Amino acid sequence: MGLHKKTAFEIKESIKNKEIKAVEVVESLLKHIEKTEKDIKAFVRLTPDIAMDQAKKVDEKIAKGEELGDLAGVPMALKDNICTQGVVTSCSSKMLENFIPSYSATVNEKLGQAEAVLLGKSNMDEFAMGSTTETSAFHMTKNPWDLNKVPGGSSGGSAAMVSADQAYFALGTDTGGSVRQPAAFCGVVGLKPTYGLVSRYGVVAFASSLDQVGTLTKDVKDSALVLNTLAGHDKKDATSAGVKKVDYLDGIEKGIKGLKIGIPKEFFGQGLSTSVEKALNEAIYTLKQLGAECENISLPYSEYALPAYYIISSAEASSNLARFDGIRYGYRPEDFDNLEDLYKKARSQGFGSEVKRRIMLGTHALSSGHYDAYYKKAMKVRTLIKEDFDKAFKKYDILVSPTNPSTAFNIGAKIEDPLEIYLTDIYTVPLNIAGLPGISIPAGFSEGNLPIGLQMIGNVFEEKTLLQAAYAFEQGTDFHKKRPTFGKLVK
Amino acid sequence: MINKKDVEYVADLAKLYLNEEEIEMYTKQLDSILEYIEKLDQLDTSNVAPTAHILPMKNVFREDQIEASLEIEDVLKNAPSTEDNCFEVPKVIE
Repeated sequence: MGLHKKTAFEIKESIKNKEIKAVEVVESLLKHIEKTEKDIKAFVRLTPDIAMDQAKKVDEKIAKGEELGDLAGVPMALKDNICTQGVVTSCSSKMLENFIPSYSATVNEKLGQAEAVLLGKSNMDEFAMGSTTETSAFHMTKNPWDLNKVPGGSSGGSAAMVSADQAYFALGTDTGGSVRQPAAFCGVVGLKPTYGLVSRYGVVAFASSLDQVGTLTKDVKDSALVLNTLAGHDKKDATSAGVKKVDYLDGIEKGIKGLKIGIPKEFFGQGLSTSVEKALNEAIYTLKQLGAECENISLPYSEYALPAYYIISSAEASSNLARFDGIRYGYRPEDFDNLEDLYKKARSQGFGSEVKRRIMLGTHALSSGHYDAYYKKAMKVRTLIKEDFDKAFKKYDILVSPTNPSTAFNIGAKIEDPLEIYLTDIYTVPLNIAGLPGISIPAGFSEGNLPIGLQMIGNVFEEKTLLQAAYAFEQGTDFHKKRPTFGKLVK
Repeated sequence: MINKKDVEYVADLAKLYLNEEEIEMYTKQLDSILEYIEKLDQLDTSNVAPTAHILPMKNVFREDQIEASLEIEDVLKNAPSTEDNCFEVPKVIE
């Protein structure tokens, strides 16, 4: 029937217009998941009973003619660091393998009120630390475009499942690029909102000043649709911003005539692969054809974003992960001699090596004698990076860059050298440092048929402009219409 | 930049056990990462104020009103060991 190939917007309209029952949609997806999961392995947990239950309720409401939520009947998935009451939330870690939250994250509650349907939880890098989903303690997720390649990370499961039509949308989290990078690797749309726009309550914290919940969708309109449900102040999240409610779908077809686009030259330098550079140059040409004014600019401090990010995120992570001590929840060793031994065994056996590496880096950066040289220094560099962007946005509406320096690489290729993987975050990280919104959209394919992503950067709380620009580019091309068939390219 | 003794000290602070092989591995990796991070020393930040938080927010308070919290049963549900509505821990005080 090809139901799984539709977009979230199309499916919600079909259900609302009684063209199809919500239960039929879930059944169709579950069949497709069964066929494809042995290859992709995007899920860590499927919740078919919950999905059917929620879908039945939507069908009952429709039969009674009751008013529906904005996402009524649309099946989706949540990254496994987003708390789902009564359903295991593991962060793809042995530490939380059996952890069942007593409450749901605000984003989950909001999706519930909008009557979206929960298909399951998606695989991720352990505690969101990684760029390939290879650090998941459970299993590896494959890139639907080439099963030998990584889907990206840390929201690799969420990106892969949307790319493979296993879910109409999925939520991820983005601390240094973890929604945008896998979106680009998997040929889907990945949105990271402005810091503070979407509540972090119930989202397991990695780096509290950088984390944001983001969306993985098949197209830009779906991104706006889901953001409409997620955005908004939450009194349970003290870092949540109190901004006016915006309808991101309204006026999304505005177009980009006269839009001023800045192209930061530092994002097009050494390290960029030829295929990505080619696709980006063609994309900039397309943007000009669509009426935008593109100019080269400079963000001189942007090259310092990556080292600053690794200090800030690791320092905050070392603090956030101190709560995992085997006492109130999580992994506890069978035998231990005393409290100290319990703590050390729980953490050493419960955490993987990437998590330990970042905790130690952060602990070192914050330790007495190092705090000024590392953490305080990074916070000062953060100010400089933010000022660079503030200056740029005085003149330009959006900025454009590649999302990643290359297309997806082979599974196992970079896992030996952590620094090599860290360097791949080079274009995404500055946005988290500056708190800015960003979106990755499909912008072409390499000669090996691997997706290439274009990143658009917006000013603080200017998601409307960002989505309008992304939509215009998307509709002026047809990259988003191509879907993978596990190594083969089909429209 | 960082040597084995530093790594052992940091692992102790972070409450992690590392074996000899791991100490070797992490020392090498952390040293390489810290060397890259040294890049920040190229910048003169003596007159720059640090940014602790990216949004201009301060003192986010709410009214001191009692609201429903989690049920004790729910809170203890995930605990490995409990007794009398409390988390059970190894003896701390001799």
